[in-house]
Amino acid sequence: MRIIIPVESGDALAAVRGFLKRLLEAEVVEAVLVPMETPAGTITPALVADPDLLDAANPLAPVMGLNAARVAGHVSIREPRGRIGAVLRSCELRALVELVKLQQASLEDLVTIGVDCLGTYDVAVYNAMRADGGVDLAAYLATARSGELAPQEGYAFRDGCQMCEKPHVEGADVTLELFGADLSAGIPVTLPDEMAEKLGLSPAEEDGRRAEVVEKVVAARTQVRDARFAEMRQRLDQEGIEGVFAACVRCHNCMTVCPICYCKTCLFKSPVFDHEPMQYMNWARRKGATRLPADTMLFHLTRLNHMVLSCVGCGMCTSDCPAELPVGLVFRAIGQQVQAVFDYVPGRDVEEPLPLVTFREDEWMEVGEE
Amino acid sequence: MNNDAFEPKIVAFLCNWCTYTGADLAGTSRIQYPPNVRIIRLMCSGAVDPTYVLKPLLDGADGVLIGGCHPGDCHYQSGNYKARRRIIALKEILKSAGYDEDRVWLRWISASEGQRFAETVTKMTEFLKEKGPNPMRQKWAV
Ligand code: SF4
Ligand code: SF4
Ligand code: FES
Repeated sequence: MRIIIPVESGDALAAVRGFLKRLLEAEVVEAVLVPMETPAGTITPALVADPDLLDAANPLAPVMGLNAARVAGHVSIREPRGRIGAVLRSCELRALVELVKLQQASLEDLVTIGVDCLGTYDVAVYNAMRADGGVDLAAYLATARSGELAPQEGYAFRDGCQMCEKPHVEGADVTLELFGADLSAGIPVTLPDEMAEKLGLSPAEEDGRRAEVVEKVVAARTQVRDARFAEMRQRLDQEGIEGVFAACVRCHNCMTVCPICYCKTCLFKSPVFDHEPMQYMNWARRKGATRLPADTMLFHLTRLNHMVLSCVGCGMCTSDCPAELPVGLVFRAIGQQVQAVFDYVPGRDVEEPLPLVTFREDEWMEVGEE
Repeated sequence: MNNDAFEPKIVAFLCNWCTYTGADLAGTSRIQYPPNVRIIRLMCSGAVDPTYVLKPLLDGADGVLIGGCHPGDCHYQSGNYKARRRIIALKEILKSAGYDEDRVWLRWISASEGQRFAETVTKMTEFLKEKGPNPMRQKWAV
């Protein structure tokens, strides 16, 4: 059912907070996982059980410090667990679908509450904005109506967001449909009929604006994406991955913040890569010199092999790379090619098996027979 | 570089039950094949993590051969089917990352195919001689 949450005196955030409170009070869920404003004014996900504390919820804040799919996994992975409403952006929802397939999250007792994404800032940018005149939330939310998404004057959205062609929510239990809406008047929400009944909400009319605006946003973003992919493919052809990642300092941030990287202990942090001192000497002698820390490109290529089929393009890796490397762009550009081979779209369907855990006997029959 | 003098180095990951036994048969049957291959025995082609293939390539090996049982014959039922997908993904990644994916060969060779093993190594050695050394031999900054 599609309903409209009324917005009073232009305060869309208060309306969203009110809606989340209702979910708790009507016992649709026992807690809400949602971005919260800390007393310091920064934003972090939190699991909120007390409806009063939802006055600090802010799922509309245009900042993304982490992909919350990972923490949604923490609170859902095994029984006993609470029934939780998880407020997530579209890239977080896609990552959650992949984590379910990787058996690191469960949708069993989770109510996914998707919020269309108008673009997000890196934490440092967001903090700079707050220090310097503030974040104009009303102006930001106003871009939803036309779909002409733009950052605040003088700032840029996260690199990942700039080329994200899937900012609209698909397949969530509850969707806050920001695209196409006049958010100063009301927030359109689709939700299951029985939930609407429980909340005492009645249906509103569908005006078709969201689909129209989504189409426009997708077209604009796809154009940016394709241009950037083409640029990166050319670089990879010319310089190889060791050229693009030449400045890597091996901090492993890209792996740590990736919602998909699924190994409990990364191979590259394990004793497998504690080589004997003489091993380094041998390598140095063989090639004349050997880069240290060793195995840096091996790290990136292994990560590509292990998870690129599930890369949802959230761009957290780029956001958190101290060397300012285009990690997410590399993973997305390569990911698109590999995903196409297996006709796989990460985040599309929780029932679709991961390409590398499934197989058919009668596929690629010519491979190996030459 | 004069390719006549160039002797490619091939690292081979062979499954214990089929291809390794096939290689052994080639040896005991005195079938001639080039000495360019260093064999590593694994229990199954399905046990080949992409990292095993990537490591020698980045260190400068000229080729990597993965050998397993023919489809339907894997002793762990589906190891080779999974290996097939993994190697297809690996080659696509290598290609899109700017590397020569044709330095990686996957071949199904049974325990009785000593001749096929010898031929495969011969063909691969010739192919790599033609292709030239892995540029990674020179690259220290990887
Ligand atoms: S590789 Fe980067 S863009 Fe892809 S899912 Fe991981 S953090 Fe997000
Ligand atoms: S975050 Fe950047 S510097 Fe750190 S390991 Fe990843 S690519 Fe290298
Ligand atoms: S046992 Fe030979 S491929 Fe699995």
